[in-house]
Amino acid sequence: MSEQTPVKEAPANPPTELEKRFPGAVKRDERPGFEGHIVEVAKLHEVAAAIRDEMGYDFLSSVTAVDYYSEAPEGENFIEVVYHLYKSTGGGALVYRVQVPRDNAVVPSLVDLYPGADFQEREAWDLYGVKFEGHPDLRRILLWEGFAGHPMRKDWKEPYFEEDVKPFKNRWPEGQVYRIEDRNPVGKNVSYPQGFDPDGFQETDDPRMYESLERSSQDFIEQIDTEQVVVNLGPQHPSTHGVFRMAVRMHGETIVGLKPVMGYLHRNHEQIGERNTWTMNMPFTDRLDYLSSMSNNFGYALAVEKLIGEKAAPPERAEYIRVIMAELTRISNHLWAIGFLLNDLGAFFTPALYAIEERELILDIFEATAGSRMMCNYFRFGGVARDLPEGILPKIKDLVTDRLPRKVEELDLYLSANELVRSRGEGVGVITPEDAIAFSAAGPVLRASGVPYDVRRADPYSIYDRFKFDVTVRQHGDVYDRYMIRIDEIYQSLSILRQALKDIPEGEIMNGKNPYQVRVPAGESYGRVEGPKGELGFYIVSTGKANPHRYHVRAPSFINLTILEKMCVGQKIADVVVNLGSIDIVLGEVDR
Amino acid sequence: MYGIGILKGLWVTLVHFVETFTEDFRWIGRKRYYSEEGVAARRSKDAKGIFTVQYPEEKLPVPEEFRFIPFLVYEVDEEGNKHDRCTSCGICAKVCPPQCIWIVRTEDPVTKRPVPEPVDFFIDVDICMNCGYCAEYCPFDAIKMDHDYELASYDRHAEHIYNKEKLSKPVEYYASIRPANYTREEAVKAAEEAKKAEAAAAKAAAAAATAQASGGEQAAS
Repeated sequence: MSEQTPVKEAPANPPTELEKRFPGAVKRDERPGFEGHIVEVAKLHEVAAAIRDEMGYDFLSSVTAVDYYSEAPEGENFIEVVYHLYKSTGGGALVYRVQVPRDNAVVPSLVDLYPGADFQEREAWDLYGVKFEGHPDLRRILLWEGFAGHPMRKDWKEPYFEEDVKPFKNRWPEGQVYRIEDRNPVGKNVSYPQGFDPDGFQETDDPRMYESLERSSQDFIEQIDTEQVVVNLGPQHPSTHGVFRMAVRMHGETIVGLKPVMGYLHRNHEQIGERNTWTMNMPFTDRLDYLSSMSNNFGYALAVEKLIGEKAAPPERAEYIRVIMAELTRISNHLWAIGFLLNDLGAFFTPALYAIEERELILDIFEATAGSRMMCNYFRFGGVARDLPEGILPKIKDLVTDRLPRKVEELDLYLSANELVRSRGEGVGVITPEDAIAFSAAGPVLRASGVPYDVRRADPYSIYDRFKFDVTVRQHGDVYDRYMIRIDEIYQSLSILRQALKDIPEGEIMNGKNPYQVRVPAGESYGRVEGPKGELGFYIVSTGKANPHRYHVRAPSFINLTILEKMCVGQKIADVVVNLGSIDIVLGEVDR
Repeated sequence: MYGIGILKGLWVTLVHFVETFTEDFRWIGRKRYYSEEGVAARRSKDAKGIFTVQYPEEKLPVPEEFRFIPFLVYEVDEEGNKHDRCTSCGICAKVCPPQCIWIVRTEDPVTKRPVPEPVDFFIDVDICMNCGYCAEYCPFDAIKMDHDYELASYDRHAEHIYNKEKLSKPVEYYASIRPANYTREEAVKAAEEAKKAEAAAAKAAAAAATAQASGGEQAAS
């Protein structure tokens, strides 16, 4: 009878919606730990257009490349471009990817569908050498034109190359101390492309940039025939935001084109991250957006915890501490943003210092809990580094219930009705909601344009679903609204903080031990948080080893800059700096 | 009326301006500046008026968890010999994100086996990013983060790679800058010792019992 027992068949995977919709062009990603679909390169544009228009995935969160490289001839050798999409009405991610050979990495550009892909595709070209066909302005974005190679590729070695992964071997047990600059003196620490002569170097980047500026401003109708001028703002602190440059093409005083130039602070954060072990990356995330390091910690911890799974779920108390710290960070960041926006408006440093006063008190709390005012390095996988010190909760409570509301109200009274602020802000740098979504703007910039999208609500993480708070939204999308939305958000953060302080339980702060080496199973994950500047995402790929295979940061400041040109065209030169200030960028995060 | 917003704003700045004087008047007889009490008041939630701290004449008190450059903890026994807590296990060098720790392990000259005390220990303080991982993951509480943040020197090449001598500080110093951490760690250690002693005592008792039993058996056979 035994031969008659029905053999249990493996349940055939029913074809997913995408597979049914695009037979042949799309197949499921079968690798363990991976999600989403692999799209045929030739069909990418068609599939992407259908996904945007018919399925409603209108918000392109992240575009990035991953290098799968092995020296063995039969090993996998390709570059993958990964797309993370969301609906602007909320919900989970849709992931699709294309795979192209390493020596001929050509992918159709999606800039015409999602203008927000512009800088991200340029970054993938710069760091990975992926050519995006149809991209209007495919130049290097973070590195300089004479740079040799594409540094994120796995077979690329930097001048100070020591070893592929940390920890380096000569540190222990026979520590051999040396200074890197003694071994490799300045001047000999650069490598040039083959046949490149630094003495005869002619800059090719700037002329190309000016060409693209001209192209982008051609459709401007000239009423009076005047000569157009290019003015370079920066690279030295055009508005005290860091080393950033804007090449502005003007017609009289009106802007007809603008190109942001960045990378002066580039340190290849992602390459450092892939050389580090998982734990080592935590203090490096502090250095991204150095004004809100707790949020950066949060995003990275979430991404890795997602990959590890249940074993790394933080205990209750840790979750509350995380939320408290993240919201305090948001307040301090917004205070800074408001203060320096007013600086850009010309109210030199009085409002900024009033705001910084309150920020200092928040930093005192960080210092007492995390040990450092700015480089907090406080989160760990599965919890936080240490418990709150004694007497800090009443201090936070005092701040949240007494001082901060009082002071934010004062700031509001001081600035919001001020006629100068209003006339410089209202109707300036307007972003329509459609544009904001298409350009992948996030955070306050998106919400000030009337799109009520907040990751804490749209795709809740940690314990944000327990708190009552409003997703702030303003309707005009101008500089004044981007200022006001930050005040609104401070009030919402204060409300979340009050609830969290009321409910915070006693208990453990770490799930299990805090090992110095973390085991992360093979797979990928994309963890995102609503950072103070917008959606902060970490895309990581693990191969089960001690170091991440891919570590990518979806930096909100960087991607929010994509829309800067759109904001400024048609306005006066004096408004450029205000527009930039209203985005609230931090160059540590833009340049990474 | 156009301009009311500006007037309101000016009023706020005027209040701030006047407060700097009223605060100073309220502090007549007490020291608002260059005193611990004054600095504390300026950092409290009710702080008004002048907020800044005149470094280096006055300094902010650092909280216990504040971390700067690591130091090595040593203990002094009754005879006055220094004992490093460090066993040169190398975990701090392995977990250090910028890889600024170099440890030379001691070898016994005769047996060539490693001795649990480092010959030398280097930290390049120019590279150290003050993350505190070495202290956090050290299983022997041998490396801790210091509170001293005034490290400037004239020659970084000669002075900024700290060796073991420069890094070592007595355990009393550690207890003085981080009293809560110190007492907590000592309590854990004492508990572990007690547990160990208990286990050892139990083991000894059990061994004695079995010895007795087997002895009895032998006697019987």
